[in-house]
Amino acid sequence: MVTYIIKRLIGALIMLAVVSMVTFAIFFVVPRAAGATADDFAARYVGKSATEETVGNLADRLGFNDPVIVQYGRWVKGIVAGAEYDTGAGVEQCPAPCFGYSFISHQPVWHDLLDRLPVTVSLASGAAVIWVLAGVATGVLSALRKGSVFDRAAMGVALAGVSLPVFFTGIVSLVVFSYGLGITAPGGSYTPITENPVDWAYNMILPWITLAFLYAASYARLTRAGMLETMGEDYIRTARAKGLPERTVIAKHGLRGALTPIVTIFGLDFGLLLGGAVLTESTFSLNGVGKYAITAILKNDLPQIMGVTMLTAFFVVVANLVVDLLYAVVDPRVRLT
Amino acid sequence: MTAPIDPPSATVVEERPQAGPGGTPGTSIQGRSLGQIAWMRLKRDKVAMGGAIVVILLILIAIFAPVLVGWFGHPPNEFHQEMIDPATQTPKGGSGIGWDFLFGVEPLNGRDLFSRVVYGARISLLIAFFATLLSVVIGTVMGIVAGYFGGWVDTLISRVMDVFLAFPLLVFSLALIGVLAQFETSLAVKGDTLRILLLIFVIGFFNWPYIGRIIRGQTLSLREREFVDAARSLGARGPYILFREILPNLIAPILIYATLLIPTNVLFEAALSFLGVGIPAPTATWGGMLSDAVKYYTVPHFMFFPGMAIFITVLAFNLFGDGLRDALDPKSSR
Repeated sequence: MVTYIIKRLIGALIMLAVVSMVTFAIFFVVPRAAGATADDFAARYVGKSATEETVGNLADRLGFNDPVIVQYGRWVKGIVAGAEYDTGAGVEQCPAPCFGYSFISHQPVWHDLLDRLPVTVSLASGAAVIWVLAGVATGVLSALRKGSVFDRAAMGVALAGVSLPVFFTGIVSLVVFSYGLGITAPGGSYTPITENPVDWAYNMILPWITLAFLYAASYARLTRAGMLETMGEDYIRTARAKGLPERTVIAKHGLRGALTPIVTIFGLDFGLLLGGAVLTESTFSLNGVGKYAITAILKNDLPQIMGVTMLTAFFVVVANLVVDLLYAVVDPRVRLT
Repeated sequence: MTAPIDPPSATVVEERPQAGPGGTPGTSIQGRSLGQIAWMRLKRDKVAMGGAIVVILLILIAIFAPVLVGWFGHPPNEFHQEMIDPATQTPKGGSGIGWDFLFGVEPLNGRDLFSRVVYGARISLLIAFFATLLSVVIGTVMGIVAGYFGGWVDTLISRVMDVFLAFPLLVFSLALIGVLAQFETSLAVKGDTLRILLLIFVIGFFNWPYIGRIIRGQTLSLREREFVDAARSLGARGPYILFREILPNLIAPILIYATLLIPTNVLFEAALSFLGVGIPAPTATWGGMLSDAVKYYTVPHFMFFPGMAIFITVLAFNLFGDGLRDALDPKSSR
C-alpha cells in the first residue's frame, strides 16, 4: 500500500512536470515560431505609447531574450524559491510559491488564485453533492424499475440534460428564477461561508443547481447502465441465492460494482471543475478561477494563463490519485500493487 | 511467394462478417452481413431514426442556408432599424416575429434572427464534423498502434493520453486560440477561414485521447483473436494486420464514438463562441448569439432560438448515436 502510494505520487509529480513543460512550450515557443520577437512579449507589459527602447530594455530585464530552457528554469525556480522582477521602475516581489507575476494586474498570480479559489471550491463542491446524490439515486431507481414510467421520464430528462449547454440553462434559469420570480440571487454576488452561511447558500443555489443538472443527467445515465450490467452478474445471483434481503443485494453488491466507473469519472470531473468552472462562472458572473482564466486569456496575460493551467492540472492529477486509492475501498475486486 | 499468400487472407476479410451472423437463428438461409443486421435493428428503433432524420435535415439546412434565407429571410447581417423601437432598443411589439421575420429580429440593429440561426448551423456543423474527423483519425491510429504493438510504444502513447486528459481542455483551447490568433498577419489564411481552421484543430486535437483509449482497449483484445493469428501464420506483416485485419473490426466502435463526439463538439464550439473566442462577429454563431442575448434578457426570443438550435442539434445526434450503439453492439442492453 505504502509503495503504491509512493509510486503514484512520483507519477503525479512527473505528470505535473510534463504538463508544465508542454504549457510553457506552447505559450512561449509557439508564438516565437509564428514570428513574435522578445520585444512583442515585453510590449504587453507597457503602455502603447512606450518607445522601442523602453520595450527592448524591459525584454532584457525580464529575460525574454534568454533561451526558452533558461526561461522555463527560472519559472520553476520561482515556484520553489520565489522570484523578483526588475521592471526598471522598481523591483516587484513575488514570494514562493511564485507561479509568475502579472505585469498587467501587478499582482503575483498565486495571490490572485488564492483569492478566487474559495468561490470555485464553493461552486464545485456544492454542485457535486447535488449531482452525485441526484444522479446516482435516479440511475439506480431507473435501473431497478427498467421500462417503467419513472425510468422513461427520468432518462428522457437526462438525455435533455446532457444535450443542453450550461450557459443556456444558466441564462434561462436566471431569467426565470432571479429576474422573473425573484426567488434566487441575480448572480455576480458571493459571500464567504465563514461570514454568513445563509447568504453563501442563497447566492450559490442557482449556479449549483444549473451546474449539477448537467452532471446529474450524465451520472444518471452512467449509473443506470452500470447498474443494469452489474445486476446481471453471477455474484448478484449468488447473493440472492444465499438469502440476502434484496436491499442488501442492491446496496452492498450491485451498487458497489456499478459505482467503480462513476468514481473514476467523478474524480476527473471534480478535479477539472476545481480548476475553474469557466462556463458556469461566466454565466453567473462569479469571480472564481474560471472567470479569472477567461479574463487572463482575453487580456493575453501569459503568467496568469500558465498559473491557471497548472492549478487545474494539479487538481486533476490529485483527484485521479485520490480516485485510484478510493478504488480499493469501493471495489473489493481491486487490489493495489 | 507473396502471390499465394494474399488471396487466402483476402477471403478471410471477405467472409468474416458473414461468419458471425450465420450462427444466429433465422428463418431465411440467406446470409446477412453485420452491416445489414445493424441496419435492420436501427430501422426498428424509431427514436434513433427520428434523430437521424433531424440530423439529415440539419445538414441540408446548413448546406442550403443561402437558398433558405433567400426564400424565407433577409441577409444575416442586414440591419432592419425599422423593426426596432428607438426608445427601448428592443424589437417593436416585443419580438418582431411574423411572416416577414420568422424568428423575429435582434434587439439594437434588427438583424433577422431566422437567417442568423440558419447560418449558425453552417459554422456549428462544419467545425463539429471536421474536429470529430481529426480526433477520430488521430485517436484510431494512436489507439491501434498502442494496442497492437504494446510494450514501450503502448506505455508512451498511454502516458501521452494521460497528460492530454489532465489538461484543462477548455481553458487551454481558449488560451491557445488567443495565442495563435494574434499572429494572424503572418499566416496565409485570414479572417473567418483562419478561425474555423483554428477551432477545428484545437477541438479535434485535444479530444483524441477519449477515442484513442477505446480503440486501444478493443485492439488489445482483437490482436489475441484467432483470425489475427491465422493471418500472421500466413506471413502477413504488421501494417497489413493492422489495417486489413484489425481496422475493419473497429469500424463499429469508431462509428459509434464519432457520432457521439459530434454533439460534444457542437457544445464545445458553442461554448468557445459564447466566451468570445470563437468565430468573431458579425459572423453568426449560436454561441455568440447566446452571449449577446444575455444582455437583452427582457427579449426572451433572442436567447430561445439559438439555444433551442443547439439543444435540437445535440439531442438529435445523441439519439442517433445511442441508437447506433444499440444496433451495432448486440451486448448493450436497453
